[in-house]
Amino acid sequence: MSSISTRRLQKELKEINNDCPQGIALVKAEDFETWYLSLQVLGESVFADETFLLKFRFDNQYPISSPSVTFVVDEHFQAPLHPHVYSNGHICANILGDGWSPVLSVTSVCISLQSMLASCTKKERPEGNDRYVMFAPEDPKKVDHFSS
Amino acid sequence: MSSDYEYSDDDAEYYEGMDMDEDEDIDAQDDAISEDEMEIDFSRHDRISSGKQKAYEVEYDTMPQEVVESLISKDIDHISSIFGVSNGVASLLLRYMQWNKERMVEKYMDNSIELSVKAGVSVVPPPPASSSGRVSSSRSKSSTSVATKRTTRRSAAESASRSKATPEPPTSPEYTICQICFDDEQTEMLALSCGHKFCVDCWSTFIRSKIREEGEINVGCMASDCSLIAPDSFLYSALGADKETAKRHKELIVRHYVGCNKNLKFCPYPSCINTVSCPAAASKSALSTFVPTVTCGVSDDHIFCFGCPIEGDHRPIICGVAKLWLKKCQDDSETANWIKSNTKECSKCQSTIEKNGGCNHMTCKKCKYEFCWVCMGPWSEHGTSWYNCNRYEESSGVEARDAQARSRASLERYLHYYNRWANHEQSAKLSVDLYSKTEKKMEEMQITSNLTWIEVQFAKKAVDEVFKCRMTLKWTYAMAYYLAKGNAKELFEDNQRDLEKAVEDLSELLETPIEADNIPILRQKMTDKTVYVHKRNEIMLEDTAEGFLEGRWKWNVNVEGFETTSD
Repeated sequence: MSSISTRRLQKELKEINNDCPQGIALVKAEDFETWYLSLQVLGESVFADETFLLKFRFDNQYPISSPSVTFVVDEHFQAPLHPHVYSNGHICANILGDGWSPVLSVTSVCISLQSMLASCTKKERPEGNDRYVMFAPEDPKKVDHFSS
Repeated sequence: MSSDYEYSDDDAEYYEGMDMDEDEDIDAQDDAISEDEMEIDFSRHDRISSGKQKAYEVEYDTMPQEVVESLISKDIDHISSIFGVSNGVASLLLRYMQWNKERMVEKYMDNSIELSVKAGVSVVPPPPASSSGRVSSSRSKSSTSVATKRTTRRSAAESASRSKATPEPPTSPEYTICQICFDDEQTEMLALSCGHKFCVDCWSTFIRSKIREEGEINVGCMASDCSLIAPDSFLYSALGADKETAKRHKELIVRHYVGCNKNLKFCPYPSCINTVSCPAAASKSALSTFVPTVTCGVSDDHIFCFGCPIEGDHRPIICGVAKLWLKKCQDDSETANWIKSNTKECSKCQSTIEKNGGCNHMTCKKCKYEFCWVCMGPWSEHGTSWYNCNRYEESSGVEARDAQARSRASLERYLHYYNRWANHEQSAKLSVDLYSKTEKKMEEMQITSNLTWIEVQFAKKAVDEVFKCRMTLKWTYAMAYYLAKGNAKELFEDNQRDLEKAVEDLSELLETPIEADNIPILRQKMTDKTVYVHKRNEIMLEDTAEGFLEGRWKWNVNVEGFETTSD
């Protein structure tokens, strides 16, 4: 792991521990490769009273390259029923792909996802969810976007 | 049919006459090899005999990367001299406008501010006095003295434009440390004219990743809501000693420029960086009258079509028809083969049926017609001889089979052309083997006879010629499949047959075993045949190309750029 991503994540970890935005909480961050954060949508929302778990994975190119972010789907957690979230937890969000900028951070990604969920009015899966889930690799960053 | 044809295979007069031409030619041309009266040099011979460009050739230029680069810098210089902007800015503006200089000038005159913002040159309307978005690439040793020539931070746009001449200290203390790596040892900070400062290490990592991984020519500011694009000088100075990435970036710009220009095309061969300019083939309508086969000049292998993405030489057939054919082959050939061998059509509704088990009593799923799989006649006539057909010759069965035969005819027709096409392709591929075999043979000849290396080259020439002609033949089958019936097609097929026969003869000669005493005869024969095959190929290509120019060819399908057929 290169020192730049480590140093950057150390700094981010300190900030999260000091002052974490409402509805977002650090669950587990034992190394600088995989972090877990919980996410709740505040106020009135179709997702009120639901808690989601986000998994962040960092490679040594972070923050030049984006982290790999998914909702955890297991016996305790589900992916939110949202038109941009597939049932395997993969998220279709601009900032996790082309729109990534190195100045974004773990918290800013969480806040963006929080507002993405908050603005949702109709709970539904994306179009072609089943097909996507059947063929998608485990890591969303390895999804081949060139398929027809 | 060959009797009335001028250049038929057994026309000895023509054959010998041409051979003599060749000899005289060589004698006159080159004394050094005049002893070797059988030396073949087609390119020279052709140039002398025709004197001008052939009908199946197109005029084009090859350009190495430096030439394209000089075209680019000429455009950039032109723009920067008109509008008084830096070269970096001119390049960004042109890139945004797809290198369309006229449109760019028009748009810039119309609204320079709007264009500058869209092209990522400036974030806010530049103050009128300023010479449009020059960007700071100055590196300073201490982060506190970083200056941008024109500080236009979005949040502080007004205050910045008031004091545009004075260097502005960073507005907040956060900016003294890079917001990406938080490395306090990084003192060298860089920013575009937006003022978003990051350390030089983060910049160079980011730029490298954008150029190397994503093949981007435009690298934007790293701040998340900033749309500024870094000019080349900024990129290269941030990259510092990394000349490889800078070189890659220049290559990508050339590719972008070539991609935007209809008269230019990049050589599609791996890692080749040459460009071909062929203005004659730039318009779509031109592609229905000739085939723009070009080479980038690196070697003869780098041959491609300027008009379509087909690799290699698809003469004599034009791009539109070649595309139709390839698509048909891709969709149909394997399926058609399978259908042909595994299915029959219902004698009533013509649905294709595969029998995958059970008895001969068939009931069509679609029209419920009952028939016998063996004789194809109606099942009702089978009486009690169930599950066993002995009625093959009964008239109703024969009729049903006839109907089936007609529906098979079109499939058969396609397969006829396809199999010949595939055969020539296959044989051409095998020519690699033939090469090594021929090379061995040539060595053998040098040992068993007193011929020198240069004198045994005729065998290699023969292989080259066979390969070239098989490529032509291959595409003539695709063309014949789509040609409408008529005299033109018959003449086309005569030419095709003559060429095919000549090629097969030469191929056979190449397989002949070598014995010491037959070498001179073999050499004579092979050289003659090679010359003849070459000539036949010329005729085929020339005549087809002329046919396109004259509009002689009529198709049995609708081809883009041609009148619709009534067939």
